[in-house]
Amino acid sequence: MGIETAGAAAVPRRSQRRFKQVREVIDALRHGTRRNTRRLAAKREVKQLSDWKDQVEVMVHHGKISVPYSWTVGSTLSKWYVLMRDKGEIWANRCPSCGKVYVPPKIKCNDCYKDMNDWVKLPGTGILESYTVVHYSEPVIQPQEPPIIYGLVKMDGADTAMVHLMGEVEPEQLMVGMRVEAVMSEEREANIFDIRYFRPSAGGEA
Amino acid sequence: MERVAIIGAAQTKYERNKPDTFAEMIYEVVSKALEDAGITIKEVDNVVSVSSDFWDGRTISSMAISDASGAFGKDITTVEGDGTFGALYGMMRILSGSFGCTVVCAHHKGTESNMRGITNTAFDPLVERRLGLDSINSAALQARRYMSKWGVWEEQFARVSVKNHGNAMRNPLAMLPMEITVDDVMASRKLADPLKLLDCSPVTDGAAALILAAERNAKKWTTNKKRVWMKGVGHCSDAFRLGDRDLADTRALKQAAKKAYAMAGISDPLKEIDVAEICDAFSYMELMWLEGLGFCDDGMGAEFVERGHADFDGALPVNPSGGRLSAHPVQVAGLAAMAECVLQVRGEAGERQVDGVETALAHGINGMCGQAHCVWILGK
Repeated sequence: MGIETAGAAAVPRRSQRRFKQVREVIDALRHGTRRNTRRLAAKREVKQLSDWKDQVEVMVHHGKISVPYSWTVGSTLSKWYVLMRDKGEIWANRCPSCGKVYVPPKIKCNDCYKDMNDWVKLPGTGILESYTVVHYSEPVIQPQEPPIIYGLVKMDGADTAMVHLMGEVEPEQLMVGMRVEAVMSEEREANIFDIRYFRPSAGGEA
Repeated sequence: MERVAIIGAAQTKYERNKPDTFAEMIYEVVSKALEDAGITIKEVDNVVSVSSDFWDGRTISSMAISDASGAFGKDITTVEGDGTFGALYGMMRILSGSFGCTVVCAHHKGTESNMRGITNTAFDPLVERRLGLDSINSAALQARRYMSKWGVWEEQFARVSVKNHGNAMRNPLAMLPMEITVDDVMASRKLADPLKLLDCSPVTDGAAALILAAERNAKKWTTNKKRVWMKGVGHCSDAFRLGDRDLADTRALKQAAKKAYAMAGISDPLKEIDVAEICDAFSYMELMWLEGLGFCDDGMGAEFVERGHADFDGALPVNPSGGRLSAHPVQVAGLAAMAECVLQVRGEAGERQVDGVETALAHGINGMCGQAHCVWILGK
């Protein structure tokens, strides 16, 4: 075991901290209570940060996260998509308890929390409950160039509405309550674009 | 039951392209909130952080700010949603008896990412996501549905934007203080009919923090003036899929408000609440939520605002801070609303102080088109 020599370099860290605390107490006695000093110190610290941070050239690092996913579609929606792909039909399912008909189908009823095993075929027609014409461009997410028209369609025979694209219609022709019908894609791949879009149908306003 | 008080509150200035990191923003608001409460981090025994991994561009986004929040060597947990839900969790932790002082902090930097890309990922990848839905175009569907159900006009939405941007003129923290007219809003760039640029809240960076304390600690540490009591809270969520709900219906908010009012002993909200900070992520939302909160009948929100009842000097000043239309740091929004209510109840809101506030209401939403709501009643 060596003998500790005097001098700042050899003073253990803990002692340095102790010296600092003593100095703070002395300062506190000179300028007020210890509690006040602590507060002043806290304020001083924040002030110091803002003193220099305005003058810093703040750097920005650019990055991108690309992570592939493979989402399982599940038995309920798979059944829906397969019926759409193979038969070109839009189906819905019905709560055995309250009779509410959901499209797209769900695994359980929102209200009753029950399985929904009753499947019903929808005629593919309905009413436009709401719509929007999107003017901005966002290629990261948009399936086509703007303007893009989205419709909230309440299909005949269903109790819920479905959001999809609107086609074969000019923005100024759109009207809440107008009759619409689904147009199926020629080549279907068991996804939401198996419905190409909804378009105005004969019968006009409901 | 022991009560819980908010004893400290702080917010950053809300800005675009804020030069601070998530941790720097959190350190700023937590240390300011502690200073506001007059306590040190030693008195804090747990932290609830509020953030979203997708917005932050990292997983477990709470861990990256844990030391900045003061959670080093303490318990920290996270809410992925609005700040109002984080505060709810913070309060419950104290009421469980396990903790005596909770820091609730939220951070958000919308300008570091792509808002439309991020909000698109909130939709079901198996159904709606590929259609290109995002927060703006889905809100537009809700706005139109609300218009057609109740016969509301775009000019009536614009009135909300005029009021709230005008209120922001009194708030040094707001990002978009503006003196504008209904015509300005109507003439602003069309984003998604019927919504125009000035109907939509801006992409914003910022953070906020609250210090919650058990009654025994609040009384030990703070003066009566500093303490703002969490008098009532209610929360409720509706269906996930847009088409599974009636987008013009506010049933989830009605449930949340009912619970909060019952807990706070409020029977006539318009009479008993002096100021409200309501989520106006889009202009029309303020009208819908005013109805859901029971300040007026269904379909009457537009008239309520048009008659000036929600103005700064009206019967119920709504969003005197400028609201989310003037600064919308998404996960922070509801916590900012609560921080504003704390200032209002204490009488410390500066130029935006509403006279004689005893009871304030803060409201936050989570999910597209207000899928979930959290309502707080804060008071003396």
